Amino acid sequence: MQKQHVVIRFCGDSGDGMQLTGTMFASLSAILGNEISTLPDFPAEIRAPQGTLGGVSGFQVQLGTGIYTPGDQADVIVAMNAAALKVCALGSKFSQAGAKWEERESMFKRDAVIIVDIDSLSAKDLEKALFQTDNPFAELGLPETVQVIPVALTQLTKEALKDMGLDNKAILKSRNMFALGLVCWLFNRPVDKAVAFLENKFQKKPQLIAPNVKVLTDGYNYGNNLALNIQTMNVEKSHELPKGTYTSIAGNKATAWGLIAAAEKCGKRLFLGSYPITPATDIMHELAARKDMGVMVVQAEDEIAGVCTAIGAAFAGDLAATSTSGPGLSLKGEAIGLAVMAELPLVVIDVQRGGPSTGLPTKTEQTDLMQAIYGRNGECPAVVIAASSSANCFDYAYQAAKIALENMTPVILLTDTYLANGTGLWRIPQLSELPAIKPQSVPEECKGNYNPSLRDERGVRYWAFPGMEGYEHRNIGLERDANRGTISTNPENHQRMVLTRQAKIEQVANHIPLLEVQGNADSDTLLIGWGSTEGHLHAAANELGCALVHFNYINPLPKNTTEVLQKYKRLIVCELNSGQFAAYLRSKIAGIHLEQYNEMTAQPFAVDRIVNFVKHTL
Amino acid sequence: MEASQFKSNQYVKFCPGCGDHAICMALQKAMAQVGIPTHQTVVISGIGCSSRMPHYLNTYGFNTIHGRGGAIATGVKTSHPELSVWQMTGDGDCLAIGGNHFIHELRRNVDLNICLFNNRIYGLTKGQYSPTSPKGFVSKSSPFGTVERPFIPAELVFGARGTFFARTLDVDMPTTVDCMVQGHQHKGASVIECLVNCVIFNNGTHNWIADREMRAEHSIVLKHGEKMIFGKEKDKGLALDYSQGLIPRLIVVSADDERVLVHDATQKDSTLHRMLAMMGDEGDTTLPIALGVIRNVEEESYDIAVNQQINQVRKQSKATTFDQLTATLEQWDI
Repeated sequence: MQKQHVVIRFCGDSGDGMQLTGTMFASLSAILGNEISTLPDFPAEIRAPQGTLGGVSGFQVQLGTGIYTPGDQADVIVAMNAAALKVCALGSKFSQAGAKWEERESMFKRDAVIIVDIDSLSAKDLEKALFQTDNPFAELGLPETVQVIPVALTQLTKEALKDMGLDNKAILKSRNMFALGLVCWLFNRPVDKAVAFLENKFQKKPQLIAPNVKVLTDGYNYGNNLALNIQTMNVEKSHELPKGTYTSIAGNKATAWGLIAAAEKCGKRLFLGSYPITPATDIMHELAARKDMGVMVVQAEDEIAGVCTAIGAAFAGDLAATSTSGPGLSLKGEAIGLAVMAELPLVVIDVQRGGPSTGLPTKTEQTDLMQAIYGRNGECPAVVIAASSSANCFDYAYQAAKIALENMTPVILLTDTYLANGTGLWRIPQLSELPAIKPQSVPEECKGNYNPSLRDERGVRYWAFPGMEGYEHRNIGLERDANRGTISTNPENHQRMVLTRQAKIEQVANHIPLLEVQGNADSDTLLIGWGSTEGHLHAAANELGCALVHFNYINPLPKNTTEVLQKYKRLIVCELNSGQFAAYLRSKIAGIHLEQYNEMTAQPFAVDRIVNFVKHTL
Repeated sequence: MEASQFKSNQYVKFCPGCGDHAICMALQKAMAQVGIPTHQTVVISGIGCSSRMPHYLNTYGFNTIHGRGGAIATGVKTSHPELSVWQMTGDGDCLAIGGNHFIHELRRNVDLNICLFNNRIYGLTKGQYSPTSPKGFVSKSSPFGTVERPFIPAELVFGARGTFFARTLDVDMPTTVDCMVQGHQHKGASVIECLVNCVIFNNGTHNWIADREMRAEHSIVLKHGEKMIFGKEKDKGLALDYSQGLIPRLIVVSADDERVLVHDATQKDSTLHRMLAMMGDEGDTTLPIALGVIRNVEEESYDIAVNQQINQVRKQSKATTFDQLTATLEQWDI
């Protein structure tokens, strides 16, 4: 069976290794030429009781050609236990007693293939997953078109490993490899590629290679030999990607690497001040591990100290950054204001999550937009940009650093859980092909009479920092005199400085790309989005035959924004919030009429829902 | 270097008679004595009267936001350990809003010279009680007297595993300069508690020792390696009394008593340092208040350790550039 694209969801208990299995399969597919987009979906609890509904961990990947999202619903499900089967079948209704399979709730399609471990459907397992009867399939009311492949995964894994001298616990942990072998067979993936992958993965624990390879191979052969009444699938290779060397990368890692590249490009040291917070922490993990690149990381005592240590490093001349999520951005607000006032370069990364307050820490949302643009005391403009794919987190982190250093301003980079944990294909760039970064400096003639109000013709203040002889000065969070750089409470001076800081941010628009229309530019209908929803909106626009503009630069907006938007009759702003970007656009473009499509489920969009909305609402 | 080289061109705006004037002059003298050039000296402050200090010093300075000077100074010093970094802070800035940063800069032992101006009052907001105001203190925000127990800064420093603590008095210029210089020489977080008088809102708070007549009798300036002797006639000494059960206590004895203690600021165990620093607590007038360098212990500083670790890892790594790093990725051509 030839397919353009296919969605697979690996689903099991937190301890079943679903993230690893999914990641391996996604990478394997990418190596074989598919485009991929992945979505890990793990429970909030570190370890929920084994086998329960709350402990189900999922990993979804879409592969093929023309891939923009991890897919709405799965074509293939691997369910490692009863709870996973139930959660996949019932979606958000999994905890409702007596709930039945419904197409719009289910995580898989009407004609999906479900591989399920029948050894994990014992009476005890069913009880843990809150099944009432001993026939889970009938109880869930699965449609007849769903093909269930029952496999004795546990038993077969035990047999595969019986002579390896492993204990029962280790054997059970290898079940995921049997499932992976089976999926490799289903998608005609050469097993030797997967074996090579395992050998690489367990380089540091070589004793684990042989058992994992054995189980994987047995899983593959099991599929091959059993002559199951099911067709294997061939997924088309990508024919859209530009030529190059690729890897698969998660958004948080790409963000970290974007900063590393920027620091090396401009010859500055990268300093990160940060505090652990879901879902941003992996950025700190990655950078703390990159001492080989000379990166300095301070794990601060709180969010405020995270941004403040970074401001200290920026004052001392480094490329400084802080990483956080929504609650942390709230705490950092006053200090970001200091960086605005002191006109210091600073990269603030907000990996958005469900809010307000502690909210839904492991889920995704676009609800920090207004906070990023406006969430500080006083007239406090900063540059705000947003990444729109896991891979382009690299580009926008790089851009954030470039804009900050060249314009002496904090730049807030918005990503979110979906981008941060998801992976996509990334064409690996050489440092030499990345745009030049020229950090603001100070002309020689300022030596001896420098003050922190001196600016260039763009209105960007000159940057002198400790260690530079003859440029000693006092910087402040108080208002400062526009000429002398010292404390000032003069009324006209304050107005002048407010306008100066505003103008400095607005001129950044001269250096960012213009808005480009994607899809069918001649349509009457224009979808409008920003940040992480680009993949879904692109797929929806393709299906609808309409146009799309997607914003990565938010403050300032691209210069042609008004011009582009005014060309279309029907403008629909689609966001994972209650309409923050729509409100912002209305404030920037007088009299514009915008429709809104908003979801506040703390989940990524589904392409189908956007398409339905656009088709059925007018 | 000369103290005048560290004087900025700014008019000093502390109230007439404020103890901060003296501390400002002491700082300029201490910095000259230390001899680090102005462009390699950085003074970071938060908000409050004390935090105006960077404006009056001709160095690199940053007057930041309330309470956060410690965190910002940590960023400066860690990223650039070659700089001499000073933090100016007050009892409100440091011990209330900035308390978390304070204990963590001490715990990490960042090589900062922290001048903590303790006037036991919020001055810039015009007279509210602070974390060091004595219990029962009447102020605008405590019209019936506070019901709160105050911090003793030294106790907090030792609790946070601080490696250097000195205490000085605005009117005692030589001791102040000496404490600042020793604070600079100490590699690690050095806290110099400066007892300063707020002439407007809390006048005379330190009179017990600030009064010239009484100072010699009511205070002792501790010097490492020297006997703990005080009094106008140098006739009194401090000793430990073990007669009251398990826990010894400090007592005043005659200067020639063989039990008179010799000050060891480098003793890692902070028990005796704490006892010395706590003299005069809660208005106890039987013991003198300790001034001078009370604790001065060498331990690895955070800024050096962070930089050494990076250098070590870099030395052992094959990939040290971005292009080398990306080459280590699993990758394939399309």
